[in-house]
Amino acid sequence: MVHAEGVRKHFGRLQVLKGIDLTVERGQVCCLLGPSGSGKSTFLRCVNHLERADGGRLRVDGEPVGYREQGSRLHELREREVAARRRDIGMVFQRFNLFPHLTALENVMEAPVKVTGTARTEARDDALRLLRQVGLADRAGHYPAQLSGGQQQRVAIARALAMKPKLMLFDEPTSALDPELVGDVLDVMRGLAEDGMTMVVVTHEIGFAREVADLAVFMDEGVVVESGDPRRVLVEPEQERTRAFLSKVL
Amino acid sequence: MSVTSTATGTPRHSDGPAPDTPHIVPVRHWGRAVAAVAAVAALAGLIGSLARNGNLHWDVIGHYLFAGLVFDGLATTLWLTAAAMTLGLVLGTLVAVLRLSEDPVLYGLSSLFVWVFRGTPLLVQIIFWGYAGALYKHVMIGIPFTGVTFFQADTNSLLTPSVAALLALGLNEAAYASEIVRAGIQSVDVGQTEAAHSLGMRPALTMRRIVLPQAMRVIIPPLGNETINMLKMTALVSVIAAHDLMSNIQDVYGQNYQVIPMLVVASLWYLALVSLLSLPQTWLERRYGRGTARGAAASPLRRLCGGLLTGTRTRTRKDPAR
Repeated sequence: MVHAEGVRKHFGRLQVLKGIDLTVERGQVCCLLGPSGSGKSTFLRCVNHLERADGGRLRVDGEPVGYREQGSRLHELREREVAARRRDIGMVFQRFNLFPHLTALENVMEAPVKVTGTARTEARDDALRLLRQVGLADRAGHYPAQLSGGQQQRVAIARALAMKPKLMLFDEPTSALDPELVGDVLDVMRGLAEDGMTMVVVTHEIGFAREVADLAVFMDEGVVVESGDPRRVLVEPEQERTRAFLSKVL
Repeated sequence: MSVTSTATGTPRHSDGPAPDTPHIVPVRHWGRAVAAVAAVAALAGLIGSLARNGNLHWDVIGHYLFAGLVFDGLATTLWLTAAAMTLGLVLGTLVAVLRLSEDPVLYGLSSLFVWVFRGTPLLVQIIFWGYAGALYKHVMIGIPFTGVTFFQADTNSLLTPSVAALLALGLNEAAYASEIVRAGIQSVDVGQTEAAHSLGMRPALTMRRIVLPQAMRVIIPPLGNETINMLKMTALVSVIAAHDLMSNIQDVYGQNYQVIPMLVVASLWYLALVSLLSLPQTWLERRYGRGTARGAAASPLRRLCGGLLTGTRTRTRKDPAR
């Protein structure tokens, strides 16, 4: 589903990604771990083209991200085409980014109605079902400011799911939450993984990664240090750098 | 339920004190009460003195306050304000979006527009549009250098004083409004755009559905200011005889020499209209404040009367509903 080969990214003179190789198969859950500034989030944002990769190859569902392949050439996509590609990729942000002027229900309905042209009644039924799935059916009419962080993040997950994505990206979904609210969000994510959703999760929740992930990737300073079965990478890592990181966060 | 807090931080005990809470005495602002009495006395004195001043010619003011000529002028002033603000806001929003565009051509042209229309005096712009006929006798639309013309008209018949006034005020307003809208757009968190994009929303849809509605909260107060300003600025179009309130008032005092009383008539009407204009602003602020904690502030009247002695300035907040 996600196939990265030597993906590179600069911000000015700073090289954030120094050649990332990574493959996530359909139905797999991949957790990206590593210290701040290691490039995890940047890589995740490259996958749905919120950031443009400078080099290497990056494919989602067989298609190059941000380009159309014609023969041996890559043609840069127009914004309209990029938007069409993004429909299949859901994203959940660290700071939720719910639309504050819309209620929870309207947040979830917005994209299906305005982007896909789904009928309002149908979108509404779907949205209510999704809100029930994340345990917030009784909060449908609340504005984001009236919800706790954990509730907001679960609405954000429902909003992303409303577009029926093939792939879900999570950018540190629990980092901005009070510790006691983290569990609810992780439970929803665990449920998604059990339903077979392909997920790439940037997280600091080692426990979640060990339990749910099919693939754990440890990154540092723009490179993949170590990757593989989370029970190996996160329990008895081969690399000294991984061991040092784990000893600090556990 | 609404959580009510006070500016001084003392809890309100409107539900009656709990059994184990001692009676709370709020801070008394005696100075405020004294100042209020003094201010009322001074204002009463001033009004009394004006009322007894024969040079003001209250009979002239009374005679012209509801004259047909004044109402005709008022209609023009209102129409001109509404039309110029609409033109200014629509064009201004467009210019704001163009100025934030990555396209260098669109950015350049929109910047040039703002530079010209904000950089020259409004009075000059009004006179320019009013006397554009002296610059170009005819207006035509066609293909240059071929002699093909689709449309041709005499400038003076096209640019009547009303049209010239509308263009001058509207284009000038667009330049100012564009900066207000731009500030509003930039005040919306980038995360909102990213979230919309990640849902597959295109840039134009994102702007219309997500960014602009949130920007409105920042845009409305200065835009209310602009509307009030515009109402009074329409007085400037009297230089091209556009028959607004001020033009008609000038016509009258040009004949009867009652300059001060006639200006009082104009001022009273402008003041009345400005007061009316504040109502839709409050309403709009509430509407676009949806979903924000500070959306609904206490009404001005309550603020004026409520805090006189105890400093209770209430600000309701939506229930966090945890």
